[in-house]
Amino acid sequence: MRPDLSTLFPLRAGRVHEAYGPAATAFCAVAATLTRGTCLWIRESWAGGGLNPLGLAPLLDPARMLSARTDHQADSLAVAEEALRDGALSCVLLEITRPLNLREGRRLQLAARAGGSTGLCLIPEGMGSNASETRWHVSPLFDPRQEDSTLMRWEIKKNKSGTIGAWDVRWSQETRCMHVVSPPGV
Amino acid sequence: MWFPRLASDRILRARPVDAPFALTLNRQNTDRIHCLNRQAETLGLHRGMNLADARAFCPGLVSQPARPDLDARFLSALRRWALRYCPWVARDGSDGLMLDITGSAHLFGGEEALLDDMRAQAERSGITLKLGLGDTRGAAWALAHHGDTTGALGPLPVAALRLDEATVTALQRLGLRRISDLTAAARAPLARRFGPGLLTRLDQALGHVPEAISPEPEPPHYAARLSFPEPIGLLPDVISATERLLAPLCDKLKAQEMGARKLVLTLRRVDQDSQQVELRLASPMRDPARILPLFERGLGAVDAGFGIDVMRLEAVAIESLPERQIGHGSRLRPDQLNDLITRIGTRIGLENIQRFLPADSHIPERGFVIAPAAFSQPETGWSSPRPRPLRLFAPEPISAQGPRPPNAFRWRRMMLSTGRAIGPERIAPEWWLEDDSWRSGLRDYWKIDTLEGRRLWLFYTPQNPGWFVQGEFA
Repeated sequence: MRPDLSTLFPLRAGRVHEAYGPAATAFCAVAATLTRGTCLWIRESWAGGGLNPLGLAPLLDPARMLSARTDHQADSLAVAEEALRDGALSCVLLEITRPLNLREGRRLQLAARAGGSTGLCLIPEGMGSNASETRWHVSPLFDPRQEDSTLMRWEIKKNKSGTIGAWDVRWSQETRCMHVVSPPGV
Repeated sequence: MWFPRLASDRILRARPVDAPFALTLNRQNTDRIHCLNRQAETLGLHRGMNLADARAFCPGLVSQPARPDLDARFLSALRRWALRYCPWVARDGSDGLMLDITGSAHLFGGEEALLDDMRAQAERSGITLKLGLGDTRGAAWALAHHGDTTGALGPLPVAALRLDEATVTALQRLGLRRISDLTAAARAPLARRFGPGLLTRLDQALGHVPEAISPEPEPPHYAARLSFPEPIGLLPDVISATERLLAPLCDKLKAQEMGARKLVLTLRRVDQDSQQVELRLASPMRDPARILPLFERGLGAVDAGFGIDVMRLEAVAIESLPERQIGHGSRLRPDQLNDLITRIGTRIGLENIQRFLPADSHIPERGFVIAPAAFSQPETGWSSPRPRPLRLFAPEPISAQGPRPPNAFRWRRMMLSTGRAIGPERIAPEWWLEDDSWRSGLRDYWKIDTLEGRRLWLFYTPQNPGWFVQGEFA
């Protein structure tokens, strides 16, 4: 039995989640826009491939977003912990470049629980932390029917409080929410 | 006190020039001489002269543009210096000071000794100074500008009465060249001819009409300091001392309706070494209860050594922060986010927390600007005529030929095949800006939906054939 996506998404607040895969950036933007508050995007200053706010605008209003530029991952983690614990932000997005150990993952989880905001780590493939609440693999799909489509496959690979599943979804610009397209037949 | 060469003395003090020197100011579309040194004056140059004429007179003239704002700051520094002679010092025009030395001359051993001291001090610091000592403000001005420090007003020219050019010329035409001529003339015809201004100036100079010297108020100084009878070293002690320093500072800020933007806490240790804790705030603030927790991280890093015996807190940068009506009903305090930005800023630097602002350009990399969040406000107005990629990277070349997008290509060691190509969208470089990455000329952008799923932004440069990948869509 495949669970309903609405029980898993929007992501549970007060927890830290993980996303990876080629379309993880879009997943993060959608997850942040559904939290309805200011969000902080933390990345290391040397990393290339920056966000383009003009491309982000259909998913997440850039006026709601702050970005933090750090020197190395230790700073990124400290900033993320501080921001999660404070609770002034609804969503904290963190791009990590090396795997988190158990202590770091757990500290982020505790900070998110104290502040009540959603944490989301953008991880390279295979660098998941054991402490995360859910882990999503997000890949884009070719849509033969429609131009300018945002068809994606969301697969939940790890879920601490439920089962796993996969959905083909598309972002609808008019209603500003995700539409599940068709059962992929898992 | 009159500083006839204030502007050029200010420059020459820092960098002496042994040549004719002039400062120029652009007035009425011409560079004119604003101030000049003695050497230039002896060569026949004068103020208000055209710079080109002056160069013709004197080919070795060294000149540089004048900075009236810095001159005004220099004069206010001189005003502070002049407070050593008496507490009642006012600025007089743009190049003079007026001192009321009544009751303070005896501290220097009489008026003569006081004047000698002023002259010696000015000479030592390389400033040309002319002094005038009189019973009234007008008399002192006249003696400084047109006389010889002390003496009678009678033989001085009428220009010494602080009159405008037209009045002086008219008086000279009437044959009234000296002040004594004016005092001897009948008052009523003069008042009819020149209005009350002339007689007021004359009476002020002679002391028949009082004229006050109004000293400027000292600018408010946002600092507080605390010295201890015994050195302290424990963190809770230092924090509570900071709290005691913050209270008077914030009261002062509140009284002036200002808020601190940058605070510096200097801790002096018993071994005379001093350490500074700097706090940059994301928004102007004057609430001690909110500022104190923001200091904690900085104070934790201080090495107390053998103990701290003096602490000084100064608001280095301040901004106006008027009183605001507080609202109700909002769950989050609006300041909470600013406090968070400040706290994060103490770790990674306040300018590293940024936000995106829209910019007016078709070039993808310049369609937005990145500004520090603490010094900007969020803006709306994000729109692009066509979909734009979510991520932009530096153009990555792929091997393909011809102006049509390739059916299959290799990118980042992946074989991709085109399922759908949308385009082209031609973007021309902005020729008015120098940009190396747009040297290859026009770009035809294509959105390629690959059968593998990825949606990429490719461009072709027709003037310099080549294919590149620049972005990835959602």
